[in-house]
Amino acid sequence: MHRVLQAAALAAALAFAPWQAQAEVESNDPIKLTLHDWTGQLITTQIMGEVLKRAGYNVDYVQADYIAQFTGLKNGDLDVAMEIWETTGRDAMDEATATGQVENLGETGMQAIEEWWYPAYMKEVCPGLPNWEALLDEDCAGAFSTAETAPLGRYLGGPVTWGGYDDERAMALELPIEVVHAGTDAALFAELESAYQRKAPILLWVYAPHWAPVKYEGEWVEFPAYEAACYRDPEWGINPDAAYDCGKPRGPIWKVAYAGVKGKWPGAYEAIKAFTVGNDEMGAMVAEVDLNGRTVEEVVAGWMADNEDRWSGWIE
Amino acid sequence: MLSWLIGLGLFALLWLFGKPVAGWAFKIPHGLRLPLKNWIGGGMKWLVEEAYFGLFTVTDLTRFLAEVIDFPYRIALSLLSTGLLSGQGSQAVQLLPPLSWIAAIGIVVLMGRYAGGWRLAALVGGCFGFLAVFGQWDNAMITLASIVIAAPLGIVGGLLLGLGGHRWSWFAALLKPVLDLMQTVPIFAYLVPILVLFGFGPTSAVVATVVYALPPMTRITMLALKTVPDEVRDLGRMVGCTPRQMTWRVMVPSAMPGLMVGVNQVIMLSLNMVIVASMIGAGGLGYEVLAALRRLDIGTGVEAGLAIVALAVALDRLSQAFARRIRSHAEDLPQGLVRRHPYTAAALALVPVTGLAGLAISLLQSYPESLQITTGSVWSDLVRYINVNFFDQLEAFKNLLLLNLLIPFKRFLLSLPWAGVVILIGLAGWRLGGWKLALQTALPAYLIAAVGLWSKAMITVYLCGISVAIACLIGFPIGILAAERDRLWKGVQLAIDTLQTLPSFVYLMPAVMLFRVGDFTAMIAVVAYAVAPAIRYTALGLQQVDPQLIEAGKAAGCTRWQLLTKIKLKLALPEILLGINQTIMLALSMLVITALVGTRDLGQEVYIALTKADTGRGLVAGLCVACIAIVADRLIGAGAGRLRRRLGLER
Repeated sequence: MHRVLQAAALAAALAFAPWQAQAEVESNDPIKLTLHDWTGQLITTQIMGEVLKRAGYNVDYVQADYIAQFTGLKNGDLDVAMEIWETTGRDAMDEATATGQVENLGETGMQAIEEWWYPAYMKEVCPGLPNWEALLDEDCAGAFSTAETAPLGRYLGGPVTWGGYDDERAMALELPIEVVHAGTDAALFAELESAYQRKAPILLWVYAPHWAPVKYEGEWVEFPAYEAACYRDPEWGINPDAAYDCGKPRGPIWKVAYAGVKGKWPGAYEAIKAFTVGNDEMGAMVAEVDLNGRTVEEVVAGWMADNEDRWSGWIE
Repeated sequence: MLSWLIGLGLFALLWLFGKPVAGWAFKIPHGLRLPLKNWIGGGMKWLVEEAYFGLFTVTDLTRFLAEVIDFPYRIALSLLSTGLLSGQGSQAVQLLPPLSWIAAIGIVVLMGRYAGGWRLAALVGGCFGFLAVFGQWDNAMITLASIVIAAPLGIVGGLLLGLGGHRWSWFAALLKPVLDLMQTVPIFAYLVPILVLFGFGPTSAVVATVVYALPPMTRITMLALKTVPDEVRDLGRMVGCTPRQMTWRVMVPSAMPGLMVGVNQVIMLSLNMVIVASMIGAGGLGYEVLAALRRLDIGTGVEAGLAIVALAVALDRLSQAFARRIRSHAEDLPQGLVRRHPYTAAALALVPVTGLAGLAISLLQSYPESLQITTGSVWSDLVRYINVNFFDQLEAFKNLLLLNLLIPFKRFLLSLPWAGVVILIGLAGWRLGGWKLALQTALPAYLIAAVGLWSKAMITVYLCGISVAIACLIGFPIGILAAERDRLWKGVQLAIDTLQTLPSFVYLMPAVMLFRVGDFTAMIAVVAYAVAPAIRYTALGLQQVDPQLIEAGKAAGCTRWQLLTKIKLKLALPEILLGINQTIMLALSMLVITALVGTRDLGQEVYIALTKADTGRGLVAGLCVACIAIVADRLIGAGAGRLRRRLGLER
C-alpha cells in the first residue's frame, strides 16, 4: 500500500514538478546522512550534504544516535555517518566494519584532541601549570578537591564509555588526584560552566573541535607526549613499573558508510572519500553557531560560497 | 518471629566475621557463575539473523509490522508536519501543505469545546498556542505525529491484555513477569535489537514507546476490573448479559475512572520517551532538548521541554473529557449530517479555508518568526544567579546528606555478603508467602550474583531505595492533602504531569551545575520523576473510598484524624501499594538517565553495553534491573496481602 502511494506520488511529481537541471547521477534514491546532537557534526554533515546536492544527488538527513546508528548503517537503513571519532567511536566502528557491511571512508582531516584542561585563572593557584608536574604539588592538587575527594584533588573525566585511561594515568604519574567520571559530555560542560561562573577551581576532560575551548579561556595540561610504547610498555617513561605515564593520543575523525554506497552511488562515494576540513576551520564554524547564535544552515552556506574551488574538486 | 531472629543473627555473624572463612559468600566463585551474557547475545543474534518460520524470517515479519505501523504514521506526519510530498529526500516536492497552525489550533479548540466546554477549549487552545508562540511548532508536530500513533496502540493493547488477564487467571500469572520486564528493563538494553528488527527510524521509536508505555494500562485495567462492586456484576448477570456485553457494557464502563488513570499514564509515559525516541530517528522536541542542552542553552531546552508538557496536558485533558462524554451522552440526535455533527463539519470546513488562505498569506500557514517570543537567557541567568550566590550553601547541604546518609548507606550495602542477602531474601519470601514466594524472590537475587553484577546491583538498590523513600515521604502527604481539595488537586495534577513529562535532561543539567555530577544529582532526578505515582495513586485511593463508610465513621464520632487513619487510608491501601510499586518501577526506569550524570550502577552497565553495541551485556544488566524490581514487587505485594488480611479487608 505504502509503496503504491509512493509510486503514485512520484509519478505525480514527475508530471508536475519543474525538474531542475541536474547532472546525471547513478540513482535518484536519497542518500541518508546521519545527524547527531553536537554542532560540529551537523556542520560537517550538512557541508557534505550540500556538496552532494550540487552534484545532483538526492540527500536526506536522519537524526540518529552516535552509537545506535551503526545498526542502521550495517543493514542499509542509513548510508553515511560523517564523524566517527577515533577517541570515542573506535570500538563500535571496528565492530561494524568487521562485519563487512560498513566501510571506513578515511579521515575527515580533523584531529580529535582530548586532554586534561583547566581555566586560565587557576594559574594563580598553580603557577607551574601547564606542566603536569605542577599537579604533583599537594597544595596545587588540593585546590581542586571537594568534600568527597579531600584531601586529594578532583579531576572530572569523561564518561567511562570514552575510555581514556585517566585512572591509570593518575596512578602511573602518582598524582594526588582522584578521577571522577561524568556521565555525558553535557554534564561535563555543565560543571565547567558552573565553575567558570564562580571562578572556582576545576580540572576536567575537554576535547576539540568543540565550542568550550573557544568560549572559555584555559589550557591543556602538558603531559609527557604520547607514544604507542607508553600505553604498551611499562618501562617506557617516568614510571618504570606502569604504562600510561604520558598524555593522550590525538586521533583522526573518520567517515564511514554503508558498504552498499559504493555500488549504488559511485560518484557520491568518491566525493565523500575526498571530503576534508581542518580543525581551525571547524572550530571557527562551531563557535559561529554555538556562541554567536547563527544557524547551521547560514554557516554552511557561507563555507560553500567561500570554498567553491575545494568542494568542486571533490565531485569531479 | 524466631526464624527472623535466627536468620538475622546468622546473617550478622556472616557479615562481621565471615570474610576470612567464607570468602565465597562475598565474592562469587567462578563455578557458580552463569555465562548468561553469551547465551543471550547468541540467542539474539540467532533470532535476528537466522530464525526462520519456513516462509519468512523473524526480521521479515517485524519489517512487515514496521510497514504496517509506518503507513498511518506517514499519514499523520504528512498531515501535521511535512505536507503531502512526492519523491524522497532533498528532491521531494510538496504537493499540499500540512495543516496550518491556525487550522490545527482551531481543530483542537473545537474538540475541547465538544468534549468539555469552553474551559477545556481554552486550555487546549492555550497549550497549542504556546507551541506556536514559542517557536516549537514544527518540532512539536513531528512529536505529535508519533504520539497519536503510539498512545492509542498502547491504550488499546494494554486494555485488551488487561481484559485477558482479568478473565483468565493463568494469563494474568503469565503477564505479570512480562509486564515487569517491559517496564524495568531499560530501553537502551534492547534498543539495538529493536533497530535491527524494525529498521532505523520513527517506527522503531513508536515500537519502543509502546513497549514502555503499555504496562501501567494493563496493570490498572486488571485492578480496576477487580474492584468493580459485586452488585454491579450481579446486576449484569441478572439482566442476562452475554460475556461480551458483560465486558464492554458492564465491567469496562463501571471501571472507567480507574481506566482513565491508565490512559493518563500511557500518554505521560509516551511523551516521556520522546528523548530516547529522538535518538533513534524520531526527531521532534526530544532532539531539540538534547541538542540545546549539549550546548548548555538552558533556555531553549526548557522551552522545548515545556512544549512536551503542553502537548501532554492537552492530549491528556482531551482524552479524559472524551471518555467522560462517551459515558454520559447518548441523547437524541438531530436530523441532517451537518446538524448532527456540527463540530466535525466545522473542523472539516476549517482545513480547506485556512489551507487556501495560507497559500495566499503565508503567516496564516506557518506562525511568523517575527511574532515568536522566547525566554532567551532568563533561565541561564537564573541558574547563574543561584550558582554564583548560593553555591556554597547548596554544597554544604549536599555534603551533609552525602557524607552522613548516602555514602554510609552505600558502603553498608556494598559490604554485605551476597550469599547472606540471597538467603535473607528467601527467608523473607518464605515467611510472607511460603516456599513458592521464597523461590520467586531468592532465584532472581541469586541470578544477579551469578552474572557477576552484584556490586553494581547494590549501588542501584542504594540509589533507588533512598530515592523511593524520599519520594514516598514527599508524595504521601501531598496525596492525602490534595485528595479532598478539588482546587489543590487540579494544581497538584498539573505539577506532577509536568514532572513526569518534562524531560529529566532539562533539569538534570542545571542540577549538575549546582550539585556537580554524582549520586546526589542522580537522586534529585529520580525523586523528581518517581514522586508522581506516589502522589497520584494515594489521592486516587482516597477519592475512591466509599462515601457511605465515611458517613458511618462520622456518625460513630470519629475525629478527622481517626477518619483518615482508621478508615480512609486503610481502605485506600491497595491503591497506595500500587503507587509504591509504580514509584519503584519508575525509579528503576530512571537508571539510564542517572548513568548520564556519572553513577556507577546497572544503568551505567547498560549504557556501556550500548556504546559497545554488546546486546548480550546490555540485556543481562537490564534483566538484573528487572530482578530487583521483581523481588521488591513480590515482597511488598505479599506483605501487603498479609496486612490486608489482618485488617480484614480481604476475604
